[in-house]
Amino acid sequence: MNWLPPNGALHGIGFDHLLRWNLDTVFWLFVASQVLIVLAMLLAALRRRSAQAAAPVQPRSFLSFLFTSLLPLLVITALYIAMLITSHHLWAARREQANARHAVQVEVTGVQFAWYFRYPGDDGIYGRTTPDLVNAPAGNPLGLDPSDTHSRDDIVSPVLVLPAGRPVDLRLRSQDVIHGFFIPGMRLKQDAIPGMIGHLQFTPEVPGVYPILCSQVCGLGHARMQARLRVVTEAEFQRWLAAREPGAPSLSPAAGDRVGRATLPSPAESRP
Amino acid sequence: MNAPTLSATVTPPALPPRGFFRRRIFTTDHRVLAVLYLLLGLAAVIIGTLLSLVIRIHRVWPAVAFPLYGAMRPEDYLAVVTMHGTLMIFFVLTVVPQSAFPNLVLVEQIGADRMAFPRLNAAAFWITLASLFVLLAAFFVPQGAPISGWTSYPPLSAIAAAGPGQGAGMDCWIVAIALFCIAAILSSANFLATIFARRGQGMTFGRLPLTVWSWLTSSALTVIAFIPLFAAALMLFADRHCGASFFIPVGEVISGIPRATAGTGGSPMLWLHLFWFFGHPEVYISILPGMGIASALLANFTRRPVPGYRFMVAATLAIGFLGLGVWGHHMFVSGLNPYAGTAFGLTTIAIAVPSSAEVLTWLAMLFRGRMKLTTPMLFTLGFLSFFISGGLTGPILAQPALDAYLHNTFFVVAHFHLVMAMAGVFSLFAGIYYWYPLLTRRLMNETLGKAHFWISLIAAYGTFFPMHFAGLAGEPRHYAQLAGPVESFPSLIPVERGITFSALLLAAAQLIFLFNVFRSARHGVRAGENPWRATTHEWSPAMHPITRGEPYRYGPHSGGDEDFLPQWELAAPRAPFVPYPPGLKPE
Repeated sequence: MNWLPPNGALHGIGFDHLLRWNLDTVFWLFVASQVLIVLAMLLAALRRRSAQAAAPVQPRSFLSFLFTSLLPLLVITALYIAMLITSHHLWAARREQANARHAVQVEVTGVQFAWYFRYPGDDGIYGRTTPDLVNAPAGNPLGLDPSDTHSRDDIVSPVLVLPAGRPVDLRLRSQDVIHGFFIPGMRLKQDAIPGMIGHLQFTPEVPGVYPILCSQVCGLGHARMQARLRVVTEAEFQRWLAAREPGAPSLSPAAGDRVGRATLPSPAESRP
Repeated sequence: MNAPTLSATVTPPALPPRGFFRRRIFTTDHRVLAVLYLLLGLAAVIIGTLLSLVIRIHRVWPAVAFPLYGAMRPEDYLAVVTMHGTLMIFFVLTVVPQSAFPNLVLVEQIGADRMAFPRLNAAAFWITLASLFVLLAAFFVPQGAPISGWTSYPPLSAIAAAGPGQGAGMDCWIVAIALFCIAAILSSANFLATIFARRGQGMTFGRLPLTVWSWLTSSALTVIAFIPLFAAALMLFADRHCGASFFIPVGEVISGIPRATAGTGGSPMLWLHLFWFFGHPEVYISILPGMGIASALLANFTRRPVPGYRFMVAATLAIGFLGLGVWGHHMFVSGLNPYAGTAFGLTTIAIAVPSSAEVLTWLAMLFRGRMKLTTPMLFTLGFLSFFISGGLTGPILAQPALDAYLHNTFFVVAHFHLVMAMAGVFSLFAGIYYWYPLLTRRLMNETLGKAHFWISLIAAYGTFFPMHFAGLAGEPRHYAQLAGPVESFPSLIPVERGITFSALLLAAAQLIFLFNVFRSARHGVRAGENPWRATTHEWSPAMHPITRGEPYRYGPHSGGDEDFLPQWELAAPRAPFVPYPPGLKPE
């Protein structure tokens, strides 16, 4: 269990308990079954050595069927159902609830091969984006439409900064291909699907820095499509927001993380 | 055909065609086709394994230069992963259990004289071969093989500009998959017709060997599941070349250029549904034949009947039926409605119940009778071990709440490599060691076989078990390198290195198998008739015998002279009626 990265999310506590319980259960079932197989092999080897006749064989009685097949099957089925029910509590609490009204709103956009985070600004409304206006080299990777008043105070950032202790409502989008938005430290994963808007809610609790990965193969830069989540105190979050220059061009993503059209290999550079 | 008459014995059999090509290549003889399929599977598994070694080596020594190629670029890594997955899943884990093995023994096991549609059956092989060539051609087209993984999610797979290899390489992939679909549907339709229409006299459904029940189920699944995949491949092709947009949404932008026009938008989710409606039954198409083989071989090598034959048949059919309703568990994190996540979690747990029932039956079989640890039996036990160790993580991944962390991590890679790849391949080895005398009249070498088993078993666990830990640490699939801001990744390097050494050992152990296969064909111990003292018809001395009883009559109570009573023999003391006087038995 120490393999998991440290948890920083509210629901992560329940998640870690649930995963631990599941892994323990399954591990002991694994051990028991492998021991049975090895035991059977040892018995076979010993019997052959002693060369004595096997115990007289009875046709399979109902009792043996009951104890070797039916009862274990019922126990295992009960276990599966228990797994399903316990995990459904967590799933329902996470996914089958209405959005929290006071949640921090951030829009996440996956682009080959970077994550962009857009805050709606003071008006609380995300401005319009248009595919024709997408121009990362000019500092407008999301295609924010400057003619829309709502987009003027939008903040676009290559880093996800969130206040600790407040629910967050992420609006998940993709511009080009399917990306997988994955924050291991927040026990959080959902695909960003082009043409669809997904929502992902959680509450970051522990301040710190958490890696953000792409978990769905999205092209040659898939492994490099990484960003950071910084969980800070509420005051620090407000300071950070205030320091952002609103509007699209405020953006300066890590230069190496962007693979523009120009850097895609041309057919002439194909492999030897 | 179910009511042969004595006049059938009078008709002289057609003379076998002459000439090497007529007999060995352009033939409708199912056993020759089985050999051709096995050779095709062998070629695919050799290429697929070498690709997997390239993956493993690149992951721990990213700078290493490969001979004749040089250092790998990230897109090369993804191309290798894509081709490894496609080759292994379609051309090894589908072709061998679902095409080679039925051609090898299905006709004999049901007491038939031939396949229902021999030419269709032969055509399926040639289409499969064409499909393999088209797929491998992807390596040699400009920009190389596709990089979108064996699942080829659009829009990455729908737009050539989305990455290197997504042009001509992706077209090769689509055409290969479409051809493979046609071949799989044709051959499965033939198997279904053969099982329903050409069973020999006395072969009732209650006497079908469990392998045949498995092929019945997996063939039905193939026909049902490959049709949507074929449709999906055509739609993807139309998106790429005919201006359609089944999978390309409105507002699609690649590299800053809008790619879709308003009003024609589709959704990538459609591909996910179509693909996984194929993709999950595909898992059972690969593994159900292995489950049938496990039941048959456990009965043979413990010399006891399969307990609860009807129970096992019901479990097999239940797995096939439920297998059609679980595809959504591949899409828990794809933005499905949360209630759909709950529903697919429920169906997935439901399918674990008949699977567990079969496992418990096999475990119970280990303790009845006297187990003989021959090589085929060892591989069956290996199958059982992997099927359990890989299967047990299934109920974990079936929970949407847990999958929301584990999805697309190495935990999943460990899960399906154990339950599908290793269990599948070990059952293939069991089948090959067991049925080898049918093709060569010789047995494979036992010492080499046991060495092959033990090294493979240990190396396979060494390769795939630690992947669980990498997955728990959050390591995603398809990462060419463990670089970037994740602090825990460097600590995984020793684990990764151990996995690579194990994988190299695992691949090396297969050289023992190859040597054994080719050496035993000439120098193996002569098998004689029915070397395993088996009860099913593929070992019958007669060509298409009458079936006179249940498939697995083993043990002192079987009624035979020894501890078994073949399906083609009557239990002498208990026989109330002999349908044919000995001299008139139709041969």
